[in-house]
Amino acid sequence: MERRKERLDRGIKVRTEGIYAISSWRGIAYMAFPTILFVVGLLILPLVVPTMAWQRIIVIACLFALLALVFDFLTNFVGIVCLGGAFFTGVGGYISGLLNSAWGIPIIFTIPVATIGGALICTLFLLPCLPIRGIYFAIVSLMYPLLFARVIQALDIFGGTDGLPGLSTFPNIWVELYLILPIIILLTFGLKRIVSEDFGIVLRAIRDNDQAVRASNINITWFKTKAVFLGSAIGCLAGAYMAHLYGWVGLSLFALDFSIFPIAATVVGGGGTLVGPVIGAFILAPLSEMLRAFGPLRVVFYSLILAGLVIFSTQGLLPYLERKYHQFERWTEV
Amino acid sequence: MNQEVFLRVRGVNKSFGGVKAVHQVSFDLFKGEILGIIGPNGSGKTTLVNIITGFVKPDEGEIFTKGKKITGLSPHQIAGLGIARTFQIPRPYPSLSAVKNLVVPLFSSRIQRTTGGKLGDRDTVALDILEEIGFERDAHAPYKPASTFSEGYLKRLELARCLALRPHTIIMDEIFSGLSVSEITTMIPIIERLQMNGITIMMVEHRVRELFQLANRVMVMNFGEKIAEDVPSEIVKSEVVKQAYLGVK
Amino acid sequence: MHILIFGLVNSVILALLASGFALVYGVSRLANFAHGALYILVGFSTWLFLNRVGINYIGSIVLSILIVSIIGGAIYRFLLIRVKGMPDSEIIASLSIGIAIMELFRWRGFISEAYMLPPFIKGSVNLLGVMIDWQRLLIIGVGLAIMVSLWLFTHHTKVGLSLRAIAQDKHASMMSGIEPDRTAVIALAMGSALAGISAVVILPLGNITVETGYMVLINAIAVCIVGGLGSWAGVFAGALLLGFSQILATALLGPHWQMVVVLLFIIITLIIKPSGLLGRQKELEERV
Repeated sequence: MERRKERLDRGIKVRTEGIYAISSWRGIAYMAFPTILFVVGLLILPLVVPTMAWQRIIVIACLFALLALVFDFLTNFVGIVCLGGAFFTGVGGYISGLLNSAWGIPIIFTIPVATIGGALICTLFLLPCLPIRGIYFAIVSLMYPLLFARVIQALDIFGGTDGLPGLSTFPNIWVELYLILPIIILLTFGLKRIVSEDFGIVLRAIRDNDQAVRASNINITWFKTKAVFLGSAIGCLAGAYMAHLYGWVGLSLFALDFSIFPIAATVVGGGGTLVGPVIGAFILAPLSEMLRAFGPLRVVFYSLILAGLVIFSTQGLLPYLERKYHQFERWTEV
Repeated sequence: MNQEVFLRVRGVNKSFGGVKAVHQVSFDLFKGEILGIIGPNGSGKTTLVNIITGFVKPDEGEIFTKGKKITGLSPHQIAGLGIARTFQIPRPYPSLSAVKNLVVPLFSSRIQRTTGGKLGDRDTVALDILEEIGFERDAHAPYKPASTFSEGYLKRLELARCLALRPHTIIMDEIFSGLSVSEITTMIPIIERLQMNGITIMMVEHRVRELFQLANRVMVMNFGEKIAEDVPSEIVKSEVVKQAYLGVK
Repeated sequence: MHILIFGLVNSVILALLASGFALVYGVSRLANFAHGALYILVGFSTWLFLNRVGINYIGSIVLSILIVSIIGGAIYRFLLIRVKGMPDSEIIASLSIGIAIMELFRWRGFISEAYMLPPFIKGSVNLLGVMIDWQRLLIIGVGLAIMVSLWLFTHHTKVGLSLRAIAQDKHASMMSGIEPDRTAVIALAMGSALAGISAVVILPLGNITVETGYMVLINAIAVCIVGGLGSWAGVFAGALLLGFSQILATALLGPHWQMVVVLLFIIITLIIKPSGLLGRQKELEERV
């Protein structure tokens, strides 16, 4: 007698389909649990970790989560593969750093200005790539941070190799944490909302089949521009935040780390889910910190993981968890 | 049938490398008619469609719709003027449901203009259109991702996508290709209904017999040139056409 | 005159750097972001063979180039082949591999100035009133030799012709019995070899550092973008344009302007003619 593995939806999932979700308390709890776990988990995380060092790591993880959100959004929902996370962090960081250092503008203004201003600048530079084939965007977005860093270094502007020290920082660790955590949560759910709204539907259509979208009287370049603007804003926010976290901006804000890490986080957590990359960031950030002692080996480590995951096309953590939550497996006889 | 010209093509030339895909093609499409375009493989039919709808720029020639010059405009601009097209190999959005597929054209500026922003819920409008085109409203089909559809449904989705744009003209690029005979039989009344509702249609087709059931006039192309233009009953008798298809002298 | 000669040298250098990348892209549409890594791999391995293992210079060079070519081909055969056809994944995968290699060197301490390859011929010569070292002249010579041999190879040998065939029309070549995978492996091996040859003639001009790897990548891609991805003549055009502009900028404004020139040219190219100087516009738009 042969047996095979069968995967079925759990009873409770079937009972909570559609309108029936609110028919019982248990049903509601089932549907709401993952979301509640995510939100509450993120918010209480800083309170349950042992040391302040760990709390710092959480802030870093948050910033990487922002970058991972951008990558997932642009790549899997709009079809724009953005390898330039570092471009956003660099531009955002330098703008807020310059505003703060040269004109003494306080954090409360530099961060929003850097976010929007940085988004404008980044979008402008990436604009020429939008009407042409995707690979150009990928290449150019990857090159920009490398080039910008070298230009700043070569011309010795904006602090040159030494960077701009002595920036204002946040009052204390709690502000650092509880300013960014709600932002992450808001952005995650905000983006989720956008992609299921009609505007997001058009973006996803552009990813699926851009010629058909053009034949439907939609200017895809304009839509892509808006998507890139949104993405760069989030990325620049991360950069600006980082500037005031360390009180310093330098060429390292353009480091390839910021381009590679979000990709790794997305692949680990599950691309196309928006929540997955956030989780992936929170997994990889501590790992990355723990490996910091090894210096560049850390980068080697997660480049190899990334290469491995991409090459052997894994789906990611979140889809796996979702499957386990909604379905169960059992052996049946054939 | 009115004599108002909805589409005017004059002297269009297009070469790819050394190959003349379209050579000195001129014709008019009149309001309310169904114009069929037939011709052996490689006669330039699809290239002509791509040129008219803006996906390919002609080397020479002019194209007008309702008197307005559209040569060189981009595809989304031409669609905005009311000319919708289907693709020979259907181009749905596989990750989206049929309903959401239609949300895309409903989001266009043309729709916003023609409805003054008072379209209402796009999903509902999409369902209406799908029903018109043959999807049953309450079944699961409209909500399944387009990647699961059969060719027949995909072709209908193509038409639905055109209709959502509220076009005055639809250009169909081999809409019957890939369909079984029974699927074609159900598609024909849909197209007839479109004409009755006032839409002008240009059909590039390979399946001549089915096309002749629908077309008011037919244009024949061969090697990029127009070799005949007449009513179907005359085309079947034409020696030139026979020669093009069969090589018979 | 100074500018003319050094401009030429710079252009040839850029062309050499870009040739490996362009070859791989032209044949298999794969943007090989590990190009820079392979370049310094040859450099370091030659150095290792020369200074730690004690093989003579020529032997070290040949051995290194061979090994890295095999590595390049292997990278395709065992890793990149799994993501073939998905350009985004290809870029990410080759980039990750490249970074892994380069950062591995950084971890091992290969960042200082101590690593150098000796020039083939020491000393300089007075050419038309300009003092120029033999190594640089050698570079021009090697560059020309490579161009000629590549031309001969792709026009007169079976393997070379199949590379060109695939570059022009993948499906037609497949129908003629040319296997795209095998050709891609060969292309990647050759691309690595080209990177290697460039490395051994150019590196003696300076030091071998990890930074060089990134610079090579940037410059190679810049040349291809400006000249046109997928076009051989484009590589030369792009290299000449960038090469001379860089030297001009250095002469008029200062050495650090080289990178600014690169950035400016990329932006200008993308705005005015995204397909590059000699690229084919058709390639860039999606087919209907």
